[in-house]
Amino acid sequence: MVIRCEEVWLEISNYLEGEVDPALRASMEEHLRGCKHCIAVLDGTRNVVQLYGDERMMEVPLGFSHRLHRRLEDNMRGSRRSFLGWMVASAAAVITVGVVELASSTSSRIPEPRSEHAQPGVGIPPDMMVVVSEKGKIFHRPTCTFIHDRTNLRTIAAREAMQEGYVPCVRCMKQYLKI
Amino acid sequence: MPDERSTLGDGSQQPSEETLIRRIRDGEHDLFYQLIRPYERRVYAAAFAVLHNEADAEDAAQEAVLKAFKHIGQFRAEAKFSTWLTQITLNEARMRKRKQHAHIMEPIVDHQDDEGNYTPRDFADWREIPSETLERKEVREKLAQALDSLGDKYREVFVMRDMHHLSIEETAKTLGISTASVKTRLLRARLMLRDLLAPGFDANWTSRLSFAKGTKPW
Repeated sequence: MVIRCEEVWLEISNYLEGEVDPALRASMEEHLRGCKHCIAVLDGTRNVVQLYGDERMMEVPLGFSHRLHRRLEDNMRGSRRSFLGWMVASAAAVITVGVVELASSTSSRIPEPRSEHAQPGVGIPPDMMVVVSEKGKIFHRPTCTFIHDRTNLRTIAAREAMQEGYVPCVRCMKQYLKI
Repeated sequence: MPDERSTLGDGSQQPSEETLIRRIRDGEHDLFYQLIRPYERRVYAAAFAVLHNEADAEDAAQEAVLKAFKHIGQFRAEAKFSTWLTQITLNEARMRKRKQHAHIMEPIVDHQDDEGNYTPRDFADWREIPSETLERKEVREKLAQALDSLGDKYREVFVMRDMHHLSIEETAKTLGISTASVKTRLLRARLMLRDLLAPGFDANWTSRLSFAKGTKPW
């Protein structure tokens, strides 16, 4: 089936998502082989998805997490205080309880992760074969359409990839991520 | 009995989200920190996508998290906690934006029909994106500027899908629109961004790109 540029553009997003049926996919690929404009649109669109999907584009202001937790703490403590105030008549008792509560809430908080960007996978089969690139930070399934640098790929087990500090691709490994 | 723990990549275990929510409702309020930890960046980014301002986004994000804590009893298990939290954040951010811009008319682009086809304006070749590119602050700023220049409905879908990595279905649920609308808006957002950015990547950022506030070339 021969298709026009306009039809390719209309489906380019679905193509990148891997959501076009095999017949249309074959037609698109045939068109793409001979059309510089559509190749440019496809490459550029893939680059947009890749650049904006990078963790560095989701930076939060320094100290955001700390300030958020502090505000939550104030809020929780406020609710606790009003409850305790109803229970305990003496102001001294309220302060004592408040101090104990503060200490326990601080100790039970989970520590800051080493990297705010790190997204360890959950239940990734350790022997699953994945691909990584030397300069990248992410490991992918070999069939992932979001691998950009295909020239320097290495195939290793997921276990090794994680040991080397690679994190799972948010697209092809999504089922293992808590997002 | 349902499995109440999940295994992390490093082999350690932590309570499942469902268990955390139940225990928080039962009074273990400190577990709320653990519940929201994986979603903090997403909450901030969702607020920022609407408000485009760090201080306002942070304030809205904090307020949304406080609301989620206060109303955790109303959370229904059939929804995903992350979707529910993002919805609260978007509502909070949109409400603030409405208050801030009550006197400003919406850009014309927001009234365009979703179904209208989008034709790329530029066919600049843009094959290589060295990963180091994003280390450059000016590149990240240009990308942020380009994103800011999209109409709200395109930007929100793009941020949910391509930056938060929600599925098409989750994006639709979070924004309260159909999956067909998500796909159409996503396509347009991606193509518009490509049109804005491809010439810049192909040549010189500062001379080729101009994202004057309020100008939308499509």
